[in-house]
Parts: sequence; C-alpha cells; structure tokens
Amino acid sequence: MSWDEFGECMRFMLLFSRQGKLRLQKWYLATSDKERKKMVRELMQVVLARKPKMCSFLEWRDLKVVYKRYASLYFCCAIEGQDNELITLELIHRYVELLDKYFGSVCELDIIFNFEKAYFILDEFLMGGDVQDTSKKSVLKAIEQADLLQEEDESPRSVLEEMGLA
Amino acid sequence: MPAVSKGDGMRGLAVFISDIRNCKSKEAEIKRINKELANIRSKFKGDKALDGYSKKKYVCKLLFIFLLGHDIDFGHMEAVNLLSSNRYTEKQIGYLFISVLVNSNSELIRLINNAIKNDLASRNPTFMGLALHCIASVGSREMAEAFAGEIPKVLVAGDTMDSVKQSAALCLLRLYRTSSDLVPMGDWTSRVVHLLNDQHLGVVTAATSLITTLAQKNPEEFKTSVSLAVSRLSRIVTSASTDLQDYTYYFVPAPWLSVKLLRLLQCYPPPDPAVRGRLTECLETILNKAQEPPKSKKVQHSNAKNAVLFEAISLIIHHDSEPNLLVRACNQLGQFLQHRETNLRYLALESMCTLASSEFSHEAVKTHIETVINALKTERDVSVRQRAVDLLYAMCDRSNAPQIVAEMLSYLETADYSIREEIVLKVAILAEKYAVDYTWYVDTILNLIRIAGDYVSEEVWYRVIQIVINRDDVQGYAAKTVFEALQAPACHENLVKVGGYILGEFGNLIAGDPRSSPLIQFNLLHSKFHLCSVPTRALLLSTYIKFVNLFPEVKPTIQDVLRSDSQLRNADVELQQRAVEYLRLSTVASTDILATVLEEMPPFPERESSILAKLKKKKGPSTVTDLEDTKRERSVDVNGGPEPAPASTSAMSTPSPSADLLGLGAAPPAPAGPPPSSGSGGLLVDVFSDSASAVAPLAPGSEDNFARFVCKNNGVLFENQLLQIGLKSEFRQNLGRMFIFYGNKTSTQFLNFTPTLICSDDLQPHLNLQTKPVDPTVEGGAQVQQVVNIECVSDFTEAPVLSIQFRYGGTFQNVSVQLPITLNKFFQPTEMASQDFFQRWKQLSNPQQEVQNIFKAKHPMDTEVTKAKIIGFGSALLEEVDPNPANFVGAGIIHTKTTQIGCLLRLEPNLQAQMYRLTLRTSKEAVSQRLCELLSAQF
Repeated sequence: MSWDEFGECMRFMLLFSRQGKLRLQKWYLATSDKERKKMVRELMQVVLARKPKMCSFLEWRDLKVVYKRYASLYFCCAIEGQDNELITLELIHRYVELLDKYFGSVCELDIIFNFEKAYFILDEFLMGGDVQDTSKKSVLKAIEQADLLQEEDESPRSVLEEMGLA
Repeated sequence: MPAVSKGDGMRGLAVFISDIRNCKSKEAEIKRINKELANIRSKFKGDKALDGYSKKKYVCKLLFIFLLGHDIDFGHMEAVNLLSSNRYTEKQIGYLFISVLVNSNSELIRLINNAIKNDLASRNPTFMGLALHCIASVGSREMAEAFAGEIPKVLVAGDTMDSVKQSAALCLLRLYRTSSDLVPMGDWTSRVVHLLNDQHLGVVTAATSLITTLAQKNPEEFKTSVSLAVSRLSRIVTSASTDLQDYTYYFVPAPWLSVKLLRLLQCYPPPDPAVRGRLTECLETILNKAQEPPKSKKVQHSNAKNAVLFEAISLIIHHDSEPNLLVRACNQLGQFLQHRETNLRYLALESMCTLASSEFSHEAVKTHIETVINALKTERDVSVRQRAVDLLYAMCDRSNAPQIVAEMLSYLETADYSIREEIVLKVAILAEKYAVDYTWYVDTILNLIRIAGDYVSEEVWYRVIQIVINRDDVQGYAAKTVFEALQAPACHENLVKVGGYILGEFGNLIAGDPRSSPLIQFNLLHSKFHLCSVPTRALLLSTYIKFVNLFPEVKPTIQDVLRSDSQLRNADVELQQRAVEYLRLSTVASTDILATVLEEMPPFPERESSILAKLKKKKGPSTVTDLEDTKRERSVDVNGGPEPAPASTSAMSTPSPSADLLGLGAAPPAPAGPPPSSGSGGLLVDVFSDSASAVAPLAPGSEDNFARFVCKNNGVLFENQLLQIGLKSEFRQNLGRMFIFYGNKTSTQFLNFTPTLICSDDLQPHLNLQTKPVDPTVEGGAQVQQVVNIECVSDFTEAPVLSIQFRYGGTFQNVSVQLPITLNKFFQPTEMASQDFFQRWKQLSNPQQEVQNIFKAKHPMDTEVTKAKIIGFGSALLEEVDPNPANFVGAGIIHTKTTQIGCLLRLEPNLQAQMYRLTLRTSKEAVSQRLCELLSAQF
C-alpha cells in the first residue's frame, strides 16, 4: 500500500441488515478479499451491538465509522481521521433519498432484488469515495437516462426464455 | 417475490434470488448456489455461443453469489467480453462486475484497459462515464500507466460534458492517490484551478476534491486556488437558501462544496491580507448562522449546517492566528457540549481537543471543565466518554491537574474495560508532568494500581520507580506509602512489584520505626511471595538479597528462605538460579563486597517517558501490534526504563552474579577515562592496513548502535560481557575528532589489545582517519582512550570499521563494529526564510537531485523527538516554512575538503498511517541518496 493511498477519502461503504446480512459493499481502496471479509464481520458486530440513542460516530481500527440505521438496514461508511463526520452522515442520507426516489419508498427487498441498481445509483453519486454530484436531480437524471437506454435495447422475450427453460 | 423490478427484465435473476431467500437452511442455500454455479459454468463452457443478454444475466448472478459471501473464480472473461458490447446495459453490468470483483493485480487488466480505451474514445458521455468509473474503482498502477496522461486532457477539454468532467476529475484524483508519480503536472493544472469558477456546482465540487489532494503535494503549483476558493465560498455563504436550487440541501446552500472548500484552504497558511479579510468575513458569517434559529426542524438541516460549521472551526484552528475567531469557535463548541444531540456533543468534545492546544484558546477551553467532567459521569455512550477523557487530558495544565487527575481516577473505578488502559496511561502521564509535589505523584500511581492494577502496564510501574530513584526527596515517603499499601490483605501483583523494588532500595529509610522494622518489612513482602507469578518472585528474591545488605540482622532469616527446597529446587530455572546465587553471595561475600555489589541504584538518565511513548503508540493506527513492533519497543525499553531483573535472563549467564542484581539494563554512558598510559612502546596501529580478512564479523547489535549515533555524538557504541566501547566526538566543517574509550569490564587484564581502523578501498579516497596506537595492555576495570582525527575529503557512503583484537585469559577475542562517522556529521546548519527555501527547493528540481523515501515509523511519532533528531542530524530546523505545520523542513551545507553541497530536506509525517515521507534535495545524487538513507533509519 503506497503512501498516497492514504489521502482523505472514504475507505468503504457497507449496507447490512439488522440480522447481519451484507446487502451492498463498495470499497474505495484496494483491499484483499480475505481482509474485506474480516473487516465486514468485525465492523458489523461492533455496529449491531450499539444501542439506538448512541452517537453515529465511532473510532474503529485507524478509521472513523459513520453509520445510521434506516428501518431494517444499516448504512455504514468508513472515513479517514480528518474527514467531516456530519457531512458523511448526510451523504448517507442523500443516498437513501436517491434510492427512495428511484424505487418509490425503498425497502430492503428492493435493494436485494435490484442490487445492481443500488450500485449504479451509488456510482452516479460517489466516485472513488468522493461525492461526484450532490444534486438529486442530476443523479436521478443520469440513472433514468440509463434506464431509457436499457428499455430501448431490450428486445421482448418470452417468459420461458427468461427463466432459462427455452 | 421482487418488490419492484424497475425498467429491467432479468427474471431469471429474480427467480434465483427468490430461491435463495426461500432456502430454509445454510446447507440448502449452498446447494442451490452450487447448482446455479454448475449451470452457469456449463453455459459458459457450452458449444452454443451465448448472446449478450444471457451473458449479462449469468454475470449478474455470479455477482449476486459473490455478494452473498461466496468465492467466484470464473466468469471474469465473460464480464470482460460484455465491456465491448454496444448495448449499454450489458456494458454496465460488465463494468460493475469488474469494479466489484477484479482486484488491481488481475491479469485481465490489459483486456479491460483496451475496452476502456475504446469507450473513452467513443465520445459517448454515458460510455465515457462508465469507463472513468471503472478506472477509479480498480485504480491499479497499470491503469494509471495507461490513462494518467489521457484523463487530464478529457478534464480540461472545452467540449467535454459537465458530467464527464466531474467523473474525470474524481478519476484523476483516484489515480493520483495510488500513483502520483504517473500523473504528469503541466498546463492543465492552471485550467483545473479555474474550474473553481465553473458555473456548474457539481463540476466545482468534483474539482475541489481533486485540487485539495493535488495541493497537499504541490502547494506552490496550486497557490492561486486560495483566492478562488475564498471567493467561491463567500458567494455560497452569503447566498439565500434557495439561490443554489438543487445544490441547496435542507435550506443549507451547497454544504458539501462548502466543506470541501474549507478543507482546501486548510492546505495553506492564512492568505494575504486582502483575501484574508474576505475569508474572515465568511468564517464570521458561518459562526453567526449557527446562532440563528433553524430554518427547518429536520435533523438534516442542522447536520448540514453544523458540518460546515465544524469544518470552519477546523480551518480557524488550523490557521491559529485570529484570537477572536478562536474564542468564538470555543464558545460555540461550548454550547454544543450541552446539546441534546449526542452526535454534536461527541464532535464538540473532539474539536475542543485541538482547540486546547492553541495558546489563544487554551484558557477558554478550560472554562468548560465542569461540563466535560459531567460528560464523563453521565454520557451513556462509551465513545462519547472516551472523547471526554481525551479532552480532559488535552486541557490539563498545572492549574487544574489535581482536579482532572482526581476525576479520571474516580471515573476509572467504573470505566469501560475497553478504555481503562488508556486512562491509566493518561493519568500516569499527567501525574508525572504536573507534579509539583512528588508525594502526590506517588499516591496517584499507587491509587492507579489499586483501582486498576490489571491495566497498569509495565511502563507505568517502571516509570514510578525511575522517578523515585531519581528524586531523593520522595524516597522515604514512597517507602512508607508502599509499606502501608502492602498491608491490605489482597493487593495487586503490580503493587508487590513496586513495593518489592522500592523497599529493596529504600526500606532502610523507614526501618527506624519499630512498626516497619526490617523483619516486619521482610515478612510482609514474603507473605505475598507465594501468590505471585514467577517474574515477581524473581524480583522479590533480588529484594531479599538487597535486604541482606541493608539489614544484616535479617540475614539468617533470608538465608533460611533462600535455602529452602522450594527455592533451591524450584522447577523454574530462573528462580532456582537466583536462589542459588544469592544464597552463595550472602555466604561468601564480605560486607564490603556485598555493599559494593548491592549499591543503591544510580539515577536514570532523563529521557522521554516510556509511558508517553506507549500512549502514542496506543493512539496509533494499528491496535494490533505485530511481533516485530513489540520487539522493537522492548529494545527501546531496555534503555528507556528500568528493565526489571526478572525480564533479563540472559544477563544471568555472565560470570559474575552481580550483573543482574540491580535489575538495571541501562548502562550509564562511559565517562571520560584517564589518558592512555604512555610508554611501553606498544604495537603501532596501521590505520589503513588492509586487514579486512582478519576482521571479525560485525558484532551483533552494532548496526542498531550505529544508527543511534547518526543524530548524536556521544554514548556507548558497543558492549559485551568483557568490553565496553564509548564514544565522544565533535565535528566542525569538514574536520572532526573522535575519542574512543575502551573499558575493560572484567577483573583480568587484556593483552595485545589492538584496535584497528579500517577504511575500505571505496571509502579510502574520501575519508582521512589518523590516530595513535593505544597501550596493548588494558588492566582489569581500567579504561583507555584513543583519539581519531577525521577529515572528510569528499562525500562518502560507507562507514569505517573499528576492529579490535585482544587476549583475555587464554583466548583470543575479536570484535568489529562500524564506526559512526557518517556524511551528515559534516553538516553546517543554514537558516533561511520560507521564500528562499522554496526558491532553492525549485532550483533543485532535477530528478537526480531529489531522493524520496516513504517508510513506516519504527518509533512513536513525537514532534519534539523528531525535531531533536533533525537538529541532531546536523541541519537547521526551519520553522514556519512548510505550509503544513505538521511537516518538518531543514537546510544545511555538507562541508568536504573539495566542495560544499547545499542540502534541503522535508519530512512529512502521517500520523494516521504511522508513516513518513522524507524528501532530500541536494546538488549531488549520491549525497541526497546517502542522507536520505541515514535519516530514514532514525524515525
């Protein structure tokens, strides 16, 4: 790991359920598979053990963790020591708003069944751990355009074909 | 079933996900997954070519399986194939798979790079966006090599769409973070700075992130961004809450951009007066807004507003130049300390910690002491209480130390286990730092042991002993207090250790009182003996032999104890050996000898508290210390604290049992010895004789000692059971003189004692050494001195070797050590102003002139120690030159006979990562190289 990888940026973002099921993970710093699993397990334990009224920030390893629970889902970001905690908390909120707007009152199931969409929306919003655009309109416009492209080039298929039985 | 399936039709995927969710057990899930994997594998391997849609679907299934936590070892090729699809959704899934699953060293990178190259050239903004995202996600060196030159062009091209500009800026930022050397600076940088004026706030936000990171490394190049950032910020903070439309977040105008601009400004010192006035206005406006009634009750509103406020306070603290703003910031944080939002209380405590270190606001911070103490007692969240402890520690000074220490001690009784050790360290440090009355210090530490004995690390109790030994005004009190503390029926083993050590040294000071007569002291200690672990028992045995010396009247009692089977035949070899040797010593040695052997401990050399080092280490990044670090720390402790007798078993093998008795690892530096006895025309030492073949391999550990001399001139270079070599040296310009002291540690003479200085063929033309031979006989216990005159002819890399041969008893001894004559010894410090420094720095920008090293800190990162080392290294330490006050900058001139070489250095610590970056610039590559090597080894 080189020095420069330690610049100020988000290290990773995780979405997991109350039951400790990982729903989405985005890593902004090259991390080995083994290390990722270990970190996810460890951090989930720490966060799930916390009580509702506790503060949304905690020190974990050499990082600061900012998390917030929305219904059954925890949204959790790891940032560097110098980064702004509150703005990261709102970054989570903005992402939830984007999901909500896109899916129409989003729930955990939407994210499970459309996980790729959840990734696409996150990617429009954040890139390499930094905010790309904070405007809700810009982000959603980009996603909707992509959906339009998708509908155009999707040819109709029979149900059987869809299920891989054709 | 899927709740929503928007704009998409991968039903096969939805069915698969439903199946997985319906699995009743982990086994069933694994079975279902394995079935699916087999199916996908056969599809990928099948004869029938798959269409894009099927490929996309299967790749997406693999991705889902991976996200469930299963390993995926195929499908990468299919994903790469999707990249070249013309259908957006296929391409998109391909890129997603790669950004999630491909790590930076995959062999597929070349293929991926090709696809990216095509998409970047496509001029289709959506495709370009995907490609840029992929580069940013993978961010490997190969990618940087392929695209680092291309992306700046995309970024500043006039016809690039705004959304692509945003992606390009952040993509470049990511590449710069991983491989800054591959991102060429150039004309584009000034155009990037002007993106701060862009109309599109999304572009400005992305550009600000990029500029902030670039400016940290190239402050000069991006200096113009300061005034642009200030005017942008000013426009934002003065805008009405609706002006910025979609960039207004819950009535807060552009909070993300504001935070980023404030962060960018923290890369620089306070700007010129004109810009500064405008910035101060901005900061005041932000502080004023905090007092206004909220425009919304939503927590998002207050969070966003306060995010900007906290960043503004960070900038105020960073500039540390406007007392008025600092005090206002402090008052604002004081309000937050009592806020009902836990998050705000947490952040206020955290921010105040940094404010406490500014001279302007230290007093203002102190006024909140009661609130902070209250937080310690009432906060329900341990992470908040932790912040309160940190703040109390930061605001502590002589005036409030007794109160803060008392509060921390009382908190310790109920503190969470996770933070106890840290509190113990903090209390120990504060008690020492602010002790006016050392009885208070002793009481505090004994209290610490009583309340939280398990969390009192070795460093803490070593330190109390060090201090008691060094201060004779507190020794009697310490003896009395430990004696009383030991009366408790159950006391912590750490107390037994401290008690054993202190009574062994100073028990005589209280022996006059019949209530603490020698026998009572002994019985008290011995009553704890059987409950203690082996190391403590070993320490107590040493105390007993010290008692034999202090109190002849208890000698028979102690001898009886030593003679008992449980000691003499103890299964533990260390205890057995001590018992045997001490018993023997007490029987054979005369009182005089005993008194000499067991003389009172000499004072410890004053140096950085090892506790402080420990706390720093604890606060460092890795809470998991690896073995290597622990070892290193240990070796530091040998010098930093009284290594307790029990820990050093190796010393027991020395011929004399006395070596270990005092339990002191640190040897005092060799005093200047008598001049060498002249006459007896000994062997002539040929300084330059090429006798390398006869030289013994370098003594183990001499490398370490060598490194220690790079930044200092005096001390012990080498020591084994027989011989100690001490050095004293002085240097001026290109000349130097070194006194070498050879001490015979034995009682037998050394014969044919021949030290030889060896310069290798490579070194010889560059360094002149001249010396006179020493007397070939060194009497037992005596010390002889040798003077070496040194002349640096031209710059050099290697170090000369000192090889010593002598006869001891019947055997021939051979010792070789590197002599610490290093290039930096010929440094003359040069003071210069910031402007001159940067001007010279720029003049030396030729790649061969700069040498840079990035390395992990091997020692705790302490500013004062670092400063001392840089000064010890020989260069001037230039204050207020680097815009980042955490960095160190130095300048000096290396003097050689033939030439003088100007040297500039810059050391950037990264506390977070526990790393340093050291950059050396001199006019000569070899010099830069050598100085960088030498200095890097110091941190």
